Amino acid sequence: MRDEHLRIVLIDEKPDRSDALERALAAEGYCVVARLSGRDDLRRRLGELAADVVIVDMQSPDRDVLEDMHRLHRENPRPIVMFVDESDSESIRAAVRAGVSAYVVDGAKDRRVRPILEVAIARFREFQALRSELDAARTTLAERKGIERAKGLLMAKRGVSEEEAYRLMRKMAMDQKRKLSDVAEQVIALAELL
Amino acid sequence: MTRGVRGRVPETLQLRGHAAPRGPEKRQLVIGLTPLTDAAPILVARDHGFFARHGLEVTLSVEPSWANVRDKLAAGAFDAAHLLAPVALALTLGAGPLECPIVTAMSLGANGNAITVSRALRRRLGETACDASLADPMEAARALGRAIARDRARGAPRLRLATVFPFSMHAYALRYWLAAAGIDPERDVELLVVPPPRMVERLAAGGIDGFCVGEPWSTLAVQRGVGSLLLPTHAIWSNAPEKVLGVTQDWAERHPATHCALVAALLEAAAFCDAPEHRDEIAHGLVRSGVVAAPLPALLPSLRGILLRDDGIAPPEPEALPEFHVFHRQAASFPWRSHAAWMLVQMLRWGQLEKPLDVRAAAAAVYRSDLHREAAELVGMSAPLADEKREGAAPAPWTTPGTLGPIAMGAERFFDGTVFDPHDVVGALARCEVAHPLVRLDELAAAQRS
Repeated sequence: MRDEHLRIVLIDEKPDRSDALERALAAEGYCVVARLSGRDDLRRRLGELAADVVIVDMQSPDRDVLEDMHRLHRENPRPIVMFVDESDSESIRAAVRAGVSAYVVDGAKDRRVRPILEVAIARFREFQALRSELDAARTTLAERKGIERAKGLLMAKRGVSEEEAYRLMRKMAMDQKRKLSDVAEQVIALAELL
Repeated sequence: MTRGVRGRVPETLQLRGHAAPRGPEKRQLVIGLTPLTDAAPILVARDHGFFARHGLEVTLSVEPSWANVRDKLAAGAFDAAHLLAPVALALTLGAGPLECPIVTAMSLGANGNAITVSRALRRRLGETACDASLADPMEAARALGRAIARDRARGAPRLRLATVFPFSMHAYALRYWLAAAGIDPERDVELLVVPPPRMVERLAAGGIDGFCVGEPWSTLAVQRGVGSLLLPTHAIWSNAPEKVLGVTQDWAERHPATHCALVAALLEAAAFCDAPEHRDEIAHGLVRSGVVAAPLPALLPSLRGILLRDDGIAPPEPEALPEFHVFHRQAASFPWRSHAAWMLVQMLRWGQLEKPLDVRAAAAAVYRSDLHREAAELVGMSAPLADEKREGAAPAPWTTPGTLGPIAMGAERFFDGTVFDPHDVVGALARCEVAHPLVRLDELAAAQRS
């Protein structure tokens, strides 16, 4: 166990991502004491949980709730936003690009917390990569559907075979220096106009 | 935890001037904004071609939190941002978790916020004051003070009032209003932050008793029958500043012509936004583009200059408030250094600044009225000649001299009759009966050199 005393809380509405992050942290010997959502009364819950480190998805509006707790050090824990090394704007960029931020409650030292944020950044990045692959796959699928539809329209309107319709679109794409899927979109739009 | 992002020191705060029209150094820009009605000029500049006309191609990034906008601006992920005006100051001074010098050459409008309470709290206020008098901020605050006293007598928990961010005009207006009636915002109520899109649900669930927030969230709370709009912040300080266009000082130094073009485009867009005949179109644009995730009927009233106020029992009555949103007229786009000085005094008053500072010098470093005038000249608009004014000193409309002729100004008044003189920040702070400063007045006085 590297640091069983640090109590980590995750605020992330994506359960698969927080599962993965929790596992990765556990593998490094860290303990996630709770996973909260924006629907919770965060101020009260973080106080009750005696959290030392809070990892927050940057897509969550709840970052601002944590920012405010900075002010309440007299009666409440005082989370402070942290980046891997504040003097280094590159680390801020890395966290921002990965879409994750972390808050450290008073007393938890930067050095102890740094590896936790590094794990979080790595996990968030992995999910980002996965997401963009998925998006790319989805786009390809949508493009393929568009091309099929445009082919069908050309076959019906011009009375040509499937191969001929495809050849026509390929030629248009080459002549106009455009992607086949863009040409297909154009064919569909024109057909809808008429 | 407030070391500089770029490690810059204030000696570099003076930018060299530049002759306006030359090609922008950078044409493709990313601007960060938050889902609020007052982001309208930025959206309009994109969708109505004002950016394009000035050679700019702008991508908008709608952010769910002010912390994101701040971090992404400081980290260089954004070229510019729709920023809470006090955040520009806090970020420059390292009053929050980050320190990064910011400059603004443009305010993005005046007013636009309101204080809304739960219908239950509104009915309680109506028990000790007549409904007509509650439209008066002082009467409303006193009625709230009586409710607080009764709660305390019977051992009930403190009222919970939400704002959107600790460094915001919402927080300062709410605190100013409470304190003027002798209510200590630190002790007599519980102040907390709730993200704007969650305000209405939290009010409905009873998690909070009221909030101060930008539109459309107050109107939405009223239309859903969840809250009663008590006061527009216009009633607390009429024609008060709100958001600014913030860029890092470093970015401004590297892109003077782009900055000038950006402000010029936004000035034209802000003027477009002021025209009553464009207001419905703006509401449609904000909803259609997905910038504001609220139904269209929630955006229309404030943009049409209408306030929906109710007594917690009957349906709301529409009231005319033509200045609910002012985007450009009355020099609303001008970055008055006295606005910044007032905000800095509030930051001192509520213990957000730990060290004494030269208030007018800090205001001048961030609020670049000189850069504003260059951009205004580029688009043939008159800009005020003065950098600052006495705030709250205009009980009636007035005019101020401008670069291309006089500018008609609106009435400017604090509800308690206070006048804020940026040359007397120590006096302004000393006169605050309710305050929790961390800086001693004599230390503050010694720091005023400009």
